[in-house]
Amino acid sequence: MSMRIFEGFKFTKLQTPIHAMDPRAKFIMIMVVFVISLLFTNVLILTIILLAQLPLIWLGRSMRRWGGSMKGGFFLAGLIFLMNLVTGSTFTYSLAMTIRFLALLSSFSIFFMTTSPDDLGLALEQAHVPYSLCFTFTTAVRLVPTMAVDAQTVIDAQRSRGLELDKGNLLKRIRNYIPILIPLIVSAIRRSVELAEALESRAFGLSSRRQSLIVLRMRISDYLVTIVSLLLLSLAVWASLYAQLPLIEIPFQFPRLW
Amino acid sequence: MLRDVNLHIEDGDFVAIMGENGAGKTTLVKTFNGLLKPTDGRVLIDDVETRKTSVAALARSVGLVFQNPDHQLFCETVRDEVAYSLRNFGYPSDVIERRVRGVLETLDLMPYVDSSPFMLSGGERKRVALASVLVWNPKHIVLDEPTIGQDYQQKDRLRNFIVQLNAQQKTVVVVTHDVEFIAECRPRVVLLSGGRIMADGKAEEILTDKALTERASLLRPQISLLFSSVAGLPRDVIDVFSAKAVINSAVRKRK
Repeated sequence: MSMRIFEGFKFTKLQTPIHAMDPRAKFIMIMVVFVISLLFTNVLILTIILLAQLPLIWLGRSMRRWGGSMKGGFFLAGLIFLMNLVTGSTFTYSLAMTIRFLALLSSFSIFFMTTSPDDLGLALEQAHVPYSLCFTFTTAVRLVPTMAVDAQTVIDAQRSRGLELDKGNLLKRIRNYIPILIPLIVSAIRRSVELAEALESRAFGLSSRRQSLIVLRMRISDYLVTIVSLLLLSLAVWASLYAQLPLIEIPFQFPRLW
Repeated sequence: MLRDVNLHIEDGDFVAIMGENGAGKTTLVKTFNGLLKPTDGRVLIDDVETRKTSVAALARSVGLVFQNPDHQLFCETVRDEVAYSLRNFGYPSDVIERRVRGVLETLDLMPYVDSSPFMLSGGERKRVALASVLVWNPKHIVLDEPTIGQDYQQKDRLRNFIVQLNAQQKTVVVVTHDVEFIAECRPRVVLLSGGRIMADGKAEEILTDKALTERASLLRPQISLLFSSVAGLPRDVIDVFSAKAVINSAVRKRK
């Protein structure tokens, strides 16, 4: 088992137009992708949504890491496809759900790969969210890659003690994860206690009005992205309600099991 | 990460792998029980290629103790924690009970047998992690940074213990930055830097080499620094015990 999927959600500092975007504009863009993906069950549209993200990833110079997160998502994607098929959905619908999952995964991957947790926190702060909440949020985002590394170490340590994750029946396999989960949770709690102490010793929460050296400003390009995103969203909502979309149907259905 | 690594460790060897942070020390030892497989080249453990077998099978002969005990402790009692691997390997319960008792006694952990491992101090947790590997009596033992978080007394015990293990014909590999600890153990030293082996030889040769140690971001042992700065003293003295012998004989000669 590999923790490589998290690599595709980790921020890397790069100088690209996508990285330079205002986090709020980028968030709106990603949310629009999110909503549109949920509006349609049409394979063609969902494929377009997935493919339309490729130029963004290319612009953000994150192709390789995006590929990693996609690879990590393939197992789940396959599971979604099979579960849909086996529970009586059509082949086309199962395929659409799988592509929808990949489109969503990919959009979040782009967002987190190109937005620094600091910028995210700043955006929240400027939206007048209380600082303690912003801080909690940024810390959570920041800790994901650390936890992924921890998880890999714990897996390695337990395998060195003879744990075989993929051995036994289903129940046994689930139980196999106990020796992984407990050290992970315990070390997360230990880390959070240490973090809290370090914060308090640096006078966290002393002043309720915090000032920031960096102030986020929307540039014209950011406004443009926001407007185009919202226009696309309106178009999508309209299309989902009134337009006659070209349908592709692959005539195959798994025989009903019950 | 690792490049051109050509390393042969004999049964019963005592080897220290040293080098700067990120030199590839932990990566190297993770190949010893198959957690990492080389992308190129091969790793043979007891003439078996690691790629052709499982970690669980290799673990029986290569016991790897990780640096941070918190990455592996998960049971409610120290007893269960130490017995965990024996259960994985399918030992009968009377053997498990006997072995657990034995290893806990050796490592002074008997008073904590029914305590929760999470309630113990850092050093004690580290010893529980060590016990949980030694309990199945692996032929080769790999310790990743065993001295971190141990006070001087515990370090001294650990050193004696490692020497004892080695005397029982066990292969011992220690990954560490702790120059003073290694100076007192005097194993063969393998110096790693940037994923390559920079030097491989006796501790007293490598740890007294100014250029080598500097390149690996290590500070020479204090005794070596002292002896190399005083004219007329032997250069290959790195630990307190041999320094004492040299000084004693010098003083005697003067009388």
